Amino acid sequence: MGVFDIYLLEALINGVLLGGVLALLSLGLNLVFGVIDVVWICYAELIMLGMYAMYFLASVYHAPLLLAAALSIAAVGVLGVLLHVLVIAPLLGAAPINQLLATGGVLFFLQSAATILFGIEFKNLGLRLPVLKVAGMFISYSRLLAFAAALIGMVLVYLFLSRTYTGAAIRAIAQDRQIMTLMGVDSRRIYVITSALGGGLAGLAACLLVLQYDVHPFVGLSFGPITFLICVLGGLGNFLGGFVAAFVFAEIISVGGLYLDLEWGYVFAFAFFIAMMFVRPQGLLARRS
Amino acid sequence: MLQLTGVRAGYGSFQALFDVSLEVRAGEAVGVIGPNGAGKTTLMRVISGLIRPTAGQLTMEGVDVLATPPHRIVELGIAHVPESRRLFPRMTVEDNLKMGGFAPAARAKFRQRLAVVYELFPRLRERRRQLAGSMSGGEQQMCAIGRALMSEPRLLLLDEPSAGLAPVVVDHVFALLGTIRAAGVTVLIVEQNVQQVLRVVERAYLLKAGRIRAAGAAGELLDGARLREAYLGV
Repeated sequence: MGVFDIYLLEALINGVLLGGVLALLSLGLNLVFGVIDVVWICYAELIMLGMYAMYFLASVYHAPLLLAAALSIAAVGVLGVLLHVLVIAPLLGAAPINQLLATGGVLFFLQSAATILFGIEFKNLGLRLPVLKVAGMFISYSRLLAFAAALIGMVLVYLFLSRTYTGAAIRAIAQDRQIMTLMGVDSRRIYVITSALGGGLAGLAACLLVLQYDVHPFVGLSFGPITFLICVLGGLGNFLGGFVAAFVFAEIISVGGLYLDLEWGYVFAFAFFIAMMFVRPQGLLARRS
Repeated sequence: MLQLTGVRAGYGSFQALFDVSLEVRAGEAVGVIGPNGAGKTTLMRVISGLIRPTAGQLTMEGVDVLATPPHRIVELGIAHVPESRRLFPRMTVEDNLKMGGFAPAARAKFRQRLAVVYELFPRLRERRRQLAGSMSGGEQQMCAIGRALMSEPRLLLLDEPSAGLAPVVVDHVFALLGTIRAAGVTVLIVEQNVQQVLRVVERAYLLKAGRIRAAGAAGELLDGARLREAYLGV
């Protein structure tokens, strides 16, 4: 029984560590949706490109890891701005389905472009980070690092949103888009800044995921859907809801995977999602409308 | 101060304003009255840049408002308290006020403007960390007016400030107008509460079906036949 408890504790801790990264993933998507009212279906593909950026900078060009990470984050931030300016901005007045289809198109474009440019081989950084052994439990160092970096990233975003004028405008625009003009805010500028921030968060997520997973053109499929589900479960555009939902999901995956195979964790998580959609379709922390 | 000449505006193919000309002089309080759907809110939106007119001129202290990007009109000294307040409900009172002082010039004076607004509305200081959406209607109206005053406007546009408020709160809001004017702010106010607004403004325009039907001193309009005609159709 004692051994069993340690496994459970290990799974719970791993769930928290996974939750931090999932929370970071959902924050970028939520931010863009909350502010611009557009869902970046191709969000996970931006992460895929960020992982390739990390791979090329660190493994091929042998840049120091921190420099490679900074450059990758900046590069995906620029991609976010390009996505907004080239695809989203011209469609802002269009029907939501057109925006979904357009960013969905970008998803396949990026997947195909990555296949042509980088091939379909799985690539990785070749890092072998140690595994910590604490009180009989095994905790992966790379997961710990990813969790810490995700937390730092989220704290920085929180400080930006709560302390700066631009951050206040980002929160305000998510609540009342039409009157921003009266406040002296150029909404188009806020959209571009938000896209850069959303892209930057995807870039940070890419740096953390590439520590644990191989990169290939279709890697977005392994965490894109779960990111969307977390955002929907938390209430699309609700930052706090997304944060809570990420940890709920991560614990279900981690603890669920403990009793059967790892894949069963995902089965439980998605079943939970479907059940929740019946009970609370507006999301876990939905506001009264 | 504010001059509108032959302004036409609308939404899509629907025209809401027909050749509206109107003037507000510095230091005045001017009312715009008229029945529901007369175009009063559209008029306010045209002045603050929320919608662009299809024809006509609009100047503020000699500056062409229509040549100014909409988000920079607040920097011309025009602040608009929109209909039904439109606060950011899930932001604190102080964050709402911060948004009102978003323009670069206002940011530099944030502390000073905040002190002015809190002096006018001590209730807002007490509630500064409270979410704006959780306050009473009257407090929200104070917050909306305070937010507009953060940009240090010379002209304040008030759209139906008494709507949805209890009578005793309405009296309070109208009393506040005197304080705001004493601070040197010119006021253009749109109201359905005709009797009350005509007692606090010097002049008023009667708007009906998108056209100015009458203009004059508040006292004249108060017992004028034109008013009865506009509202009762007799």
